Amino acid sequence: MAKVLMKGNEAIAEAAIRAGCRHYFGYPITPQTEIAAYMAKRMPKIGGTFLQAESEISAINMVYGVASAGRRAMTSSSSPGVSLKQEGISYLAGSDLPALIVNVQRGGPGLGGIQPSQSDYFQATKGGGHGDYHLIVLAPASVQEMADLTVKAFDLADKYRMPSMLLADGTIGQMMEPVELPEETDGSGVEKPWAVTGTENKREHNIINSLYLVPEQLEVKNLERYERYKIVEQNEVMYEEYMTEDADICVVAFGIAARVSKNAITAAREKGIKAGLIRPITLWPFPTEAIAKAAEKVKGFISVELSMGQMIDDIKLAEGCKKPVALCSRVGGMIPSPEQVLAAIEKAERGEF
Amino acid sequence: MAKLTFATDVCKGCGLCVNACPRGLIVIAKDKINKKGHSPAEITDESKCIGCACCAMMCPDCVITVEK
Amino acid sequence: MAVVFSKPKALTDAPLHYCPGCTHGIIHRLVAEAIDDLGILGRTVGVAPVGCAVMAYDYFSCDMVEAAHGRAPAVATGLKRAMPDRIIFTYQGDGDLASIGMAETVHAATRNENITVIFVNNAIYGMTGGQMAPTSLPGQVTQTSPYGRDVKTVGYPIKVCELLSALDAPYYIQRVAVNSVKHVAEAKKAIRRAFENQIEGRGFSLIEVVSSCPTNWGMTPQKALDWVESDMIPYYPLGVYRDKSKEA
Repeated sequence: MAKVLMKGNEAIAEAAIRAGCRHYFGYPITPQTEIAAYMAKRMPKIGGTFLQAESEISAINMVYGVASAGRRAMTSSSSPGVSLKQEGISYLAGSDLPALIVNVQRGGPGLGGIQPSQSDYFQATKGGGHGDYHLIVLAPASVQEMADLTVKAFDLADKYRMPSMLLADGTIGQMMEPVELPEETDGSGVEKPWAVTGTENKREHNIINSLYLVPEQLEVKNLERYERYKIVEQNEVMYEEYMTEDADICVVAFGIAARVSKNAITAAREKGIKAGLIRPITLWPFPTEAIAKAAEKVKGFISVELSMGQMIDDIKLAEGCKKPVALCSRVGGMIPSPEQVLAAIEKAERGEF
Repeated sequence: MAKLTFATDVCKGCGLCVNACPRGLIVIAKDKINKKGHSPAEITDESKCIGCACCAMMCPDCVITVEK
Repeated sequence: MAVVFSKPKALTDAPLHYCPGCTHGIIHRLVAEAIDDLGILGRTVGVAPVGCAVMAYDYFSCDMVEAAHGRAPAVATGLKRAMPDRIIFTYQGDGDLASIGMAETVHAATRNENITVIFVNNAIYGMTGGQMAPTSLPGQVTQTSPYGRDVKTVGYPIKVCELLSALDAPYYIQRVAVNSVKHVAEAKKAIRRAFENQIEGRGFSLIEVVSSCPTNWGMTPQKALDWVESDMIPYYPLGVYRDKSKEA
């Protein structure tokens, strides 16, 4: 199939439609408004729903309604808006509903800024809302992946009956690249006998619910969910390795930070420093084993982030504190330059972490 | 002539049916206690019941079935 | 002999957890009767609120969804947009609909979302033990207004029907009560009408049901119904506030 030139945000929207999503609910916020604008144009022409909700809270609850009906639904926002959605995300998780939430991150906390960031890593991977739960979190690093991982996110959400999140950033959202769009499907691949589609007087009523007042029952629900999470951790980890075979220094970075890091690694190699990259594509489940394996042979790790040191915690947990882990970051909407990452690699090569 | 059937075990003895009956035929049976520990409603003289179902309409717990 | 009154099929056999004399039970039954009468049980999906009626999902025999506090109209919007041929209703209390969920309520109404909203106004937060509600009357003593609702510091009660009928869009808005046989009969008609409107694709219908809370009002069930008549209804006048079928 021929490639088309698209903005990252538009690639998400078109890929969602091709994945069979016919219901989009959102609220305007920079830097992801292109998704809503694209949906507003396309959805009415294909019999779908685009609805600009009164708030982020309403948007996620509209998603909850569509997901309850067993249909593919999504919402998108950027950091402050995703904070507002956390209530609904927790309810989705608690009711075992599949749905896609897109976060095209911007700087924070508070109103922060409108430039790219990765500082919602903790929020995305460690819960975000109340209660014990996880989201499947996918981190695209190109416009192509914005499209591919959108489809993947819907598929995984349906497969495991849990919400998934596409954790992008303002740079990839705004960036234009050639992209090969995914095949069209109607998104009905997974049976959803639990959906509230009306009993037709043929079965007992279905209930979508997260309330269990009997503590024993609520505990069982949580335990069951974590059994499912274990399967996700076993089967669905995705990552890319780049020049890690002989690497002494292992950079770990996702999204835009990974792209910058690749340039720095190439430059380091030219200087004779054996650097490599592990790029988590799923942030939850985190590529723990790949990091642990790398820890056996590298001198140390560098976590390159657009945050104050969030993913670095998961790297340390994965490598079991066997090797030093340095942080190389910019925040507030700034992106580390290849020179900055190269300097961190050179420092690490000297044993300074 | 009408027939009232009380699902006595789900009655909470709230007494709204007592006030609803235009003929004053329903009482809370103070000497009885149901499974839930409430004194349930009952009809005193069914032969005087006209089957208007006012009692059932005011019952919050669907205790009363009315036949006519 | 024929059965002239029995429990509707749209209610399950689960005993209601409500306090003795709580009119939630009456309103549940009226909703269920409308569903039965219109023959829509198999294609109805209800949305339960957070509040005393949170477990309504166990009581209605149609498919049910439990929504986050105040979000029922947004959840119902999603359900209706996904399944336009299904009948979607929400069942919400005053804290849920008129406080935390006010934005969802107003915007579902102004979109004329084709759903049926049953709004139970008993002027108090029942489930949490009797706190002041957005609809508590001036001077009303509650756990969080122990000296009576002081309108100077916490403002006046919100009259939902009046507020929503200021919008251009909503199709049908009516306030009823369930404190007497006559009012229950009127409420039954209103609720049925609200479902009929949806079946006909007319749009947003909201029925406010002035209700009672004997436990948290500190009254006997009958005294509570008397208070509805003497204090609630004068502040919340019953009647049809919007009926677009009558507009040219």
